[in-house]
Amino acid sequence: MADPILTLSGITKTFPGVVALDKVSFDVRPGEVHALVGENGAGKSTLMKVLAGLYHPDAGEIIYQGQPVQIDNPLAAREKGILLIHQELSLSPELSVAENIYLGAWPTNALGVLNKRKLRRDAQAALDAMGCSFGPDDRVGTLSVAMQQMVEIARSQAFSANVVIFDEPTASLTDTEKDQLFTTIRGLQRQGVGIVYISHKMDEIFELTDRITVLRDGQVQGTVTTRETDATAVTRMMIGRTLEAYFHKADSTFGEEVLRVDGLSLQGQFEDVSFSVRQGEVLGFYGLVGAGRSEVVETLFGVRKADRGTLQWQGAEIPLPTPRQAIDLGMALVPESRKEQGLVLMMGGMENTTLPHLASYARSTVMDRGKERATFDEYKDALSIKTTGPDQPVSTLSGGNQQKFVLAKWLCAGPKLIILDEPTRGIDVGSKSAIHTLIAKLAEQGLAVIVISSEMPEVLGVSHRVLAMAEGRLVGEFEGDAMTEENLIDAVSHHLARPAAE
Amino acid sequence: MSATNSITKAGGHSSVTRLLMRNHIWVFLALTIVVFSTASPYFLTINNLGNVLTQAAFIGILAIGMTLVMIDGEIDLSVGAILALASALAIGLQDHIGIWPAVFVGFLSGAALGFLNGTLVALSGMHSFIVTLGGLIGIRGLVFIYTGEDALMVGDFSYTEYPEIYLGPISLTAMIFIALALFFQWILSSTRHGRETYAIGDNIDAAHDAGINIKRHKIINFTLCGALAAIAGILLSMRLGTAEPNAGKVWELWTIIAVVLGGTRLQGGYGSMWMTIGGVLTLAVLRNGLRLLNTPNYVELMVMGTVLVLALLIDKLLSRQEA
Amino acid sequence: MQTEMKAFLRRHGLLAGFGLFLISVALSADAFLTPGNIFDVLRQVSITGVMAVGVTFVVITGRLDLSVGSLLTLLTVIVVDQHNTSGPAMAILITLAAGIGVGMFNGVLVGLVGLNALIVTLAMLSFLQGLVLFYSGGSNVNVQNAQTTWFAVFGRHDLFGVPVPALIFLVTAVIAAFVLNRTIFGRQVFAVGGNETASRFSGIASRWTVFWAYALSGLTTAIAAVIMGSRVMGAQNTIGQGYELTVLAGVILGGTSLLGGSGSIWRTVLGITMLGFIQNGLLLLGFPYYVQWLVTWAVIILAVWIDLGAKRGRILA
Repeated sequence: MADPILTLSGITKTFPGVVALDKVSFDVRPGEVHALVGENGAGKSTLMKVLAGLYHPDAGEIIYQGQPVQIDNPLAAREKGILLIHQELSLSPELSVAENIYLGAWPTNALGVLNKRKLRRDAQAALDAMGCSFGPDDRVGTLSVAMQQMVEIARSQAFSANVVIFDEPTASLTDTEKDQLFTTIRGLQRQGVGIVYISHKMDEIFELTDRITVLRDGQVQGTVTTRETDATAVTRMMIGRTLEAYFHKADSTFGEEVLRVDGLSLQGQFEDVSFSVRQGEVLGFYGLVGAGRSEVVETLFGVRKADRGTLQWQGAEIPLPTPRQAIDLGMALVPESRKEQGLVLMMGGMENTTLPHLASYARSTVMDRGKERATFDEYKDALSIKTTGPDQPVSTLSGGNQQKFVLAKWLCAGPKLIILDEPTRGIDVGSKSAIHTLIAKLAEQGLAVIVISSEMPEVLGVSHRVLAMAEGRLVGEFEGDAMTEENLIDAVSHHLARPAAE
Repeated sequence: MSATNSITKAGGHSSVTRLLMRNHIWVFLALTIVVFSTASPYFLTINNLGNVLTQAAFIGILAIGMTLVMIDGEIDLSVGAILALASALAIGLQDHIGIWPAVFVGFLSGAALGFLNGTLVALSGMHSFIVTLGGLIGIRGLVFIYTGEDALMVGDFSYTEYPEIYLGPISLTAMIFIALALFFQWILSSTRHGRETYAIGDNIDAAHDAGINIKRHKIINFTLCGALAAIAGILLSMRLGTAEPNAGKVWELWTIIAVVLGGTRLQGGYGSMWMTIGGVLTLAVLRNGLRLLNTPNYVELMVMGTVLVLALLIDKLLSRQEA
Repeated sequence: MQTEMKAFLRRHGLLAGFGLFLISVALSADAFLTPGNIFDVLRQVSITGVMAVGVTFVVITGRLDLSVGSLLTLLTVIVVDQHNTSGPAMAILITLAAGIGVGMFNGVLVGLVGLNALIVTLAMLSFLQGLVLFYSGGSNVNVQNAQTTWFAVFGRHDLFGVPVPALIFLVTAVIAAFVLNRTIFGRQVFAVGGNETASRFSGIASRWTVFWAYALSGLTTAIAAVIMGSRVMGAQNTIGQGYELTVLAGVILGGTSLLGGSGSIWRTVLGITMLGFIQNGLLLLGFPYYVQWLVTWAVIILAVWIDLGAKRGRILA
């Protein structure tokens, strides 16, 4: 077996209050595809950024081609032959394919004039080596996402990369495009390139990789040979801690149906989504990132406009609402991205809390600061939010406390239906369990609750019923004893379309 | 620009359609020329077209620099004031140090102020709108301090004869404009610096990761923008033989209008000198044509405003289609 | 100690620098800090001040309004002309309506259609300048009974010894500060400028918030035009030229961020008033009027740079 081309040993990286990587050791051999898996927040992206030179480790050693090295920045990584293919592509749409492949490292003469012939010839050679159908002169902005990704991968040829790191490369690819990508990766493999493959998708990992390293809470849980293991074992390694964690499932009686959705569709996002939720019920939505879950609830809430579909609210058919109408009906949406969609970061906790309900905190049009303050105090205590005062900008709070303000902002108006989209992403364990308890309490009080999560134990732990979603469609519904990880994994990864039993 | 999900190239438009969609200003320019040619017998004459080109040259040279800065995603509001200062220095210093040294000092003043703008933008992290708004106000103050409130006159009238060189109907000023525009189009399309301009305006993170020195790059473009404004100022002083302290007032706005009309986007990453030449010529043709038709001054101003908003709307529609 | 100093400079650096300036000018020019001179300054800044109050709303939503200078010209021409034909009361009503109307038009294009604010208001600057010439026919207009009309109140008279325009400025600022800080609309303005997406997720009709901010900017420009018309008792076709820049300079100097989401009416008032005192102080010290521009340049760059640096904790990026 070949010696590793790249070895990380004892890499530690801390951020204020968090140990993102804890003595991580990891290696890649030439011609190997090595999967790196783990839940959100397990440390995959931090590790990747260390390899790409975006972060500098606090401790530990990187050994590349037998020599200890320091990677100062992405350019240095690229020049050494370590190439990172981001999920967010690092391309300039206005420049040509050739110019993007050699971004910032164009062949020029002493005066800085491009040697276009050499640039085109070299780029063509790189594209040929990959079997690309487009030419070096095409403008990148006119290419599809899959082709743009190929442009990035072509850099591996241009810079004779020895290690290529893929971060969730199939997130926005169709099946055909995915097959093309895999062919390309196998080609790199044959050239002796070491490949790190980061993904959530078990089927891909088992199709493509030689070894799998599992990260959890910044620590390596183990490295296994792909042929000698199976998806269940790897999943257990990924979520080990949370399987044992205690989830408090709401002990509630179900009441009237609050919301029924029929045939909701939005082109390019999701197709024919139908479901319903009752008072006191916690309905889980499980699916991988990009499955269309957030898009569905954003459409229910009126932030996106649906193409087709009907809604029934408390038994009566209603037109698809605007966000204002949705709020007035009694819907609440705790959105996926706290910082971009949930909070106005410059504002204090109090003003964020009352933002969706300004009219009810005002006398005619003048804000009633006393009433706002009372609500702020009430929820600060009820959710034990740590903040110095009503006007402390929420940008200065921790993720957990920010999320509590997003919750406060929706709870304070007494909603009938609350939708929580990834409510515990990126927050600490303590706040997580507080939010889980809160979800149960809300359902027990008779609210209808929808929880979206890509963390399987969370979905299974808090929900009474789980809908599985993949590629914009509902692919399964599970209740009672059928709510198992295996069933969910099955439904999502193989699209075992069990028609929703409604 | 958002990417597409289709596996084929975007929209399936032919390359000719795409070229026209990217350079729609030239279609508009052609239409304008047709309209004015039928409306006025004086419009489509060699002499008049030569005049249009000369009239377009001053805003045009400013627009070249503005295009560089705008593709970077920045803006320069101080070009009108820099133009006035360079023109004042070129005339005011002639009696003391001679014509060409004076012209050289005028040129240097523009480059230096551009360098100052760029350095402030790059080092402070302030938005270029604020930095150059300050420059617009302050540099005008410098002009007045130098000239007092009165216009400076040339002593040696041979100075005003330089731009009287014609190649057929095309004046030296117009030739300089065209030459500079072509030169900087070449810079944009064929040099490292030019390609960096797009890379930075398009995706600044990718540019940074690729090791492009963004600060130095922006300082260079602001310096070029200032230097070009100075060239416009010097040419203006040659043409007029005087340097007005109020010369070039609100020209920065006309320049921005011309560049945006051409299709270059304020957000950066998109544009070319071809588009800018199209925008500058369209603006000049509109002005010239409307005057030939003896329309009152106000029509011109109102048409400009309307055309600009239309250009924005068209750009919005086209970029939606292309994306 | 050092951090306290930094915090102080961040909060009050502008004010402290301004205080130093006032003291040093007062030491060299006796006439500077006399009530008469102070009232003169306030009279002068009232026009740009009233405009800046409205523009502050637009800037807090994260947009710009460059059309206010041309709009001031147009509305001053209208108020003076209508004064002669329809009488002062009607003239004022028409002016206010026209100001709000133009503001709403900007609001439609920027807020509702979503076009770039800089370019739209630049286009409007040009369009309105044309409209001025169209309306006036290119000639200056003057109030015919300048000596007898009660219209003179707004620009020329004093009330309790204080110039009426300064009082209008004060009242406008008080009302605007109240609207911005205490009403639903004000809260929406901050929310939209701070995070437009989060505002939409909170049920705020962000496009309409922008629309109304522009309408407000049109209204305050109309009020400024009434003061201007009354003070000059006439209007030239270029009377408001360049005002958009002075107004913007004052707003920026006050520390309202062009990125939106933060700012205050009182800081804008301070910024505009400072510019007025700098101008006046330099004149009293015997400098020609254009030296103030140079000083304004330096003050803007320094103020914004220090403000940015204090927010980041260091001066250089």
